[in-house]
Amino acid sequence: MSQAEETAEITTGGARGIDDRKNAAIRYVFFSCALVTVLTTLGIILVLIQGSVEFFQQVSILEYLTGTEWSPVIRPRSYGVLPLVWGTLIITVGSALIAIPIGTATAIYLSEYADPQVRKIVKPTLEILAGIPTIVYGFFALSFITPIIQYFVPDTGTFNAAAGAIVVGIMIIPMVSSLSEDAMSAVPDDLRNAAYGLGATKFEVSTRVVVPASLSGVIASYILALSRAIGETMAVTLAAGMSPQITTDPFEPIQTMTAYMVQIGISDVSVGSIGYQSLFAVGLTLFAMTLSMNLISLWIKSRYREEYQ
Amino acid sequence: MTANAGGPRTVSKSETDDFRSETEQEDAPLGTPRVADPVIESRDLDVYYGDEQALHGIHMEIPERKVTALIGPSGCGKSTFLRSINRMNDLIEIARVDGELSFHGKNVYDDDVDPVALRRKIGMVFQKPNPFPKSIYDNVAYGLRVQGKADDVDEQVHTALERAALLDEVEDQLDSSGLDLSGGQQQRLCIARAIAPDPEVILMDEPASALDPVATSKIEDLVEELAEEYTVVIVTHNMQQAARISDKTAVFLTGGHLVEFDDTNKIFENPESDRVEDYITGKFG
Amino acid sequence: MSTSNPFAEGTDDIERKRMIGRVFVAICFASTLVGIVALVALIADVLYESWGWVTWEFLTYPPSQVIENFLPGGRGAGIYPALVGSIFLIALTAVFTVFLGVGAAVYLEEYASENWLTSFIEANIANLAGVPSIVYGLLGLAIFVRGMQLGSSLVAGALTLTLLILPIVIVSTQEALRAVPDSQRQAAYGVGATQWQVIRDVVLPRALPGIMTGTILSLSRAIGETAPILMVGAATSLFVAPDGLTSSFSAMPMMIFEWATLPEPEFQHVAAAGIVVLLTILLLMNAVAILIRNRYDPRS
Repeated sequence: MSQAEETAEITTGGARGIDDRKNAAIRYVFFSCALVTVLTTLGIILVLIQGSVEFFQQVSILEYLTGTEWSPVIRPRSYGVLPLVWGTLIITVGSALIAIPIGTATAIYLSEYADPQVRKIVKPTLEILAGIPTIVYGFFALSFITPIIQYFVPDTGTFNAAAGAIVVGIMIIPMVSSLSEDAMSAVPDDLRNAAYGLGATKFEVSTRVVVPASLSGVIASYILALSRAIGETMAVTLAAGMSPQITTDPFEPIQTMTAYMVQIGISDVSVGSIGYQSLFAVGLTLFAMTLSMNLISLWIKSRYREEYQ
Repeated sequence: MTANAGGPRTVSKSETDDFRSETEQEDAPLGTPRVADPVIESRDLDVYYGDEQALHGIHMEIPERKVTALIGPSGCGKSTFLRSINRMNDLIEIARVDGELSFHGKNVYDDDVDPVALRRKIGMVFQKPNPFPKSIYDNVAYGLRVQGKADDVDEQVHTALERAALLDEVEDQLDSSGLDLSGGQQQRLCIARAIAPDPEVILMDEPASALDPVATSKIEDLVEELAEEYTVVIVTHNMQQAARISDKTAVFLTGGHLVEFDDTNKIFENPESDRVEDYITGKFG
Repeated sequence: MSTSNPFAEGTDDIERKRMIGRVFVAICFASTLVGIVALVALIADVLYESWGWVTWEFLTYPPSQVIENFLPGGRGAGIYPALVGSIFLIALTAVFTVFLGVGAAVYLEEYASENWLTSFIEANIANLAGVPSIVYGLLGLAIFVRGMQLGSSLVAGALTLTLLILPIVIVSTQEALRAVPDSQRQAAYGVGATQWQVIRDVVLPRALPGIMTGTILSLSRAIGETAPILMVGAATSLFVAPDGLTSSFSAMPMMIFEWATLPEPEFQHVAAAGIVVLLTILLLMNAVAILIRNRYDPRS
């Protein structure tokens, strides 16, 4: 074989050109799939902004952000989003009061005290809680939690904020416990041993060494769980009701932003009406809240990631 | 004269030919790097991984149908050099190559060279046996299929297994998984897979390092036989192995410098460099 | 305790700390039980409420507004259109998701170089995973139902659910691809395979069990989602199963929502029966996923 022939076989001048085009085409197909995720984000933002722009052509932003009455469909109409935001806040704060202490204590138990065999069973069992559809939690609130609340507080109605907060709290326990347990297990044993070497008890090691060392991961899990609670829809719609009002009584019905969206979704509000447009304004508000929390969570996690490696 | 390739070259192309040839002289290893009709020729080859330079101005000529061994302590760049021959380094994103490495006189780093086509001419066997989780037959046939050499696959698979000295052991179980073989058999399967599409050159990256002594000696016999038909370049950390099976030996020492390249006998009996002698006699490395 | 014991001093303090420690462990253990007890209570509640209501008729008849029809001896009423609708919806979602999810993951793991665009896409995927599902519903409503004029159809619902679970499928597929040893890729490159051949012949077959496990788990999340298909306009009063991509559809979570909000207390039992059917299907999907994972646990 001559040298020229040898060379031709390894250059792109030969039959290989076809393969190259095929490979480039395949690469573009895969790239387009990845691009769909970017287009999804763009789509969400554009859809929400477009609908909101139409809404705010008829309603002043000031009224929307500061008004304390929400009734965009039924006259007399008013467009203050605060009752919905308040409803969402009650659920979020209430569920956090349940999930954060219980979830953190569970994580400490699983990471520091539990037998590895026990942990291997308990952790996935708790994660089942996160896999149960939220509609089931709504049913659970109506048929189990609310009757119990009514037993203790007889005036409570069928729909009440407390039941919503409790089921959402149960739902997000595994987010807090699993992610926090991951962070705690990642704390190197050297640190624990150093504290034991100084005569610390196991309690002190857990609370003064492990928890502070894993704090960034633990806090990131809290924020993620809160963000989930803010966006939670079906359970709060069924449990907490559809009465937008600013109340501090947890046994009163309320309405969250998500529950309002469901209300419009199941009613036959016509396209282009103010009710339809309000969907997107509320959606944008919700999206902005969860997005900022997710970004904070990611930021905390990435910022402190290398600390204990 | 000692081999000092220092840092990255600062000589620009516009400088005179005289000066260039002088620096090349300085970069050249001790020994007799020139061979007649080399298949592979490396000139002033630098390889970088990110900011780190893994190879410094390698000059080497690899003869046809001979076994060329690359030896040296770990981290000396011998595997890096091997992988730059068939452009496996392309798969490492941070790897960058300067200088020239030619195959039959054609620089394989030219823009018009297709690394896939190159690897069809220059096959490779890896440190750990890595058969696919497929049947023995499909493992050997894989290269033929991807290269479109689909005629007489049966015959080519048999020939390759025979050349790899594996046929007698597996003839009755060609359909069983390649992963069911022993480590030594797996490695010979990988060799069969590499030679089935009939490449010209076979690169071997410490092919026996994961094997027991009996399997190792089978691989060594095989390497010597393969050199009758193929050009073999083999990386090994085992000096006795290099002495036993190779015709030419290149000694890389720390930091990615090729210190000496010569006939294997010469390297092991009377090396020019004191550092190579120290290394061969086990004073370091 | 003898006074010559050199460790005697300060043992009171240590004892006190031990006490606190024991109380602390008790609290942590009790907290762990809360989650487990809640899970047991939830399942027990659903089973109790649905007892006697999950019948063959419930699985094979369309819904009814009249509670007597659900009872034994009644005309027969149940979840049939929603059950079939959910299965169609998930099957269609699976087709879209596998194509897009595996494609995107292959691009990110096998093709993309480490540059700003890749990090941007990956950060974007992480953020999408945290977007509330009802927002995806709004997206589906505006783009698929209205924009693309698909109406409240099966395909619009499936596309919406696809976008919802895409981030999870991509991330789990990336993990499966990352678990394929590099030596396998190198072996294929070494005999002159092109990148596409390496992916098709070596990487994807090896990663397949992991990809399937991740995809099935994601689909089991999609089948329980209510909010997105509610926004897209899934029907609650449909008496036939969907018969085409563009036909309107009903789905189990929607039906359960409808029943749970009806004022007659008996419909609570019907809702519970629907939940039992939904959870059974979820359980089956998860069992299949775990089976695949255990059966094909990749050898090291």
